[in-house]
Amino acid sequence: MSERYSRQELFAPIGEEGQRRIRATSVFVLGAGALGSSGAEMLVRAGVGRLSIVDRDIIEWTNLHRQQLYTEQDVVEQLPKAVAAEKRLTAINGDVNVTGIVIDVTTQNVLDLMDGHDVVLDATDNIETRLLANDAALKLGIPFFMGACVGSYGLTFPIGIKEDQPCLHCLLETLPSQTLTCDTVGVISPIVVTTAARQVADMLKYVTGTPFEPKLESADLWTGDRASIGVASMKKSGCPSCSENAVYPFLSARESMKTAVLCGRDTVQLSWPGSRKFELIPFADSIQGTVSKLIHNPHLVACEYNGHRIVLFRDGRMLVHGTKDIVTAKKIAAGLLG
Amino acid sequence: MKRTIELNGNRYEMPAEVGNVEELLSHLELAERIVIVELNRDILAKDAYDKPINDRDQIEIIHFVGGG
Ligand SMILES: [Zn+2]
Repeated sequence: MSERYSRQELFAPIGEEGQRRIRATSVFVLGAGALGSSGAEMLVRAGVGRLSIVDRDIIEWTNLHRQQLYTEQDVVEQLPKAVAAEKRLTAINGDVNVTGIVIDVTTQNVLDLMDGHDVVLDATDNIETRLLANDAALKLGIPFFMGACVGSYGLTFPIGIKEDQPCLHCLLETLPSQTLTCDTVGVISPIVVTTAARQVADMLKYVTGTPFEPKLESADLWTGDRASIGVASMKKSGCPSCSENAVYPFLSARESMKTAVLCGRDTVQLSWPGSRKFELIPFADSIQGTVSKLIHNPHLVACEYNGHRIVLFRDGRMLVHGTKDIVTAKKIAAGLLG
Repeated sequence: MKRTIELNGNRYEMPAEVGNVEELLSHLELAERIVIVELNRDILAKDAYDKPINDRDQIEIIHFVGGG
């Protein structure tokens, strides 16, 4: 028996049997930003068997104060987060089968990506993707450990653990037109770690078979505010996402180019459906005379163009930095891609 | 009349102009947010936000945010 997990096994509620169950667990981590870095590191150190971590973004200087898996060198190399996360997590615990996937999670790929895992750690940075993941996890019958944070405030709720509990769709009576983001109010690392810690603690309780009552919980580390609300009464009998007649509305959307303004950044993302294929080297060659500071690696092509930094990923996404305007971003894409 | 409540685990002196839950949410700049409110351990339905807040009430408010 390896000594590696001895202090975790000495913790009576886990024990050797709990450790075996942790080892038998396959985790899907949705997002490799702040919550994803923190949660994935805890899970890999705890000794899960397999961990997949997906993210669409590359590492920036503005990430380093809170995204604990990344280094200055990763920024210099402009590595995708999922690539750097896989490297770092594997270095932390070589026994864990870690896979980093550079991809934008959409209606078209979410079920395939999530399928085959036992639990989902929510580490996305926006509510649309969170609702998409809520639907996908419910459809696949995989527990979904919701977490979100901005500023010094964070909240958590485990979904799909017990029949009588609501899902995220039940809790959000109306969809927010705008939520607080790290773009508008900033974020500090202590709340990231606290929020991820609660998600992972609930996840460990679940996988070790410890019964617990799911609660919607929040904490503000600056004001000391805290709340813990039992929300079973908010379960909606006709919920389109979690009732017997669920239709999973967030999983259905027509195949088209998607646009998104990224949280915490002056950046627009354009993504094309899988039917449009991008060849990076021919693309880099074609824009050589038009752009400056052109670099490319097996994952992406990056350059500067009309005062914007542009990154095209192999999976058919383009990030246009220096704007929040979708039309401007589309014009730039049209200018470079035709 | 001075009212002292427990708000999210902390002692909170109610501002004189705040009478009910709806006004408290506005005062806390949460009126535009998606919130779940618990008053004395019961979740309040949205149409009950006009309920007056009394001295020693216990209120918990959780609002949804996007980041992560
Ligand atoms: Zn539901």
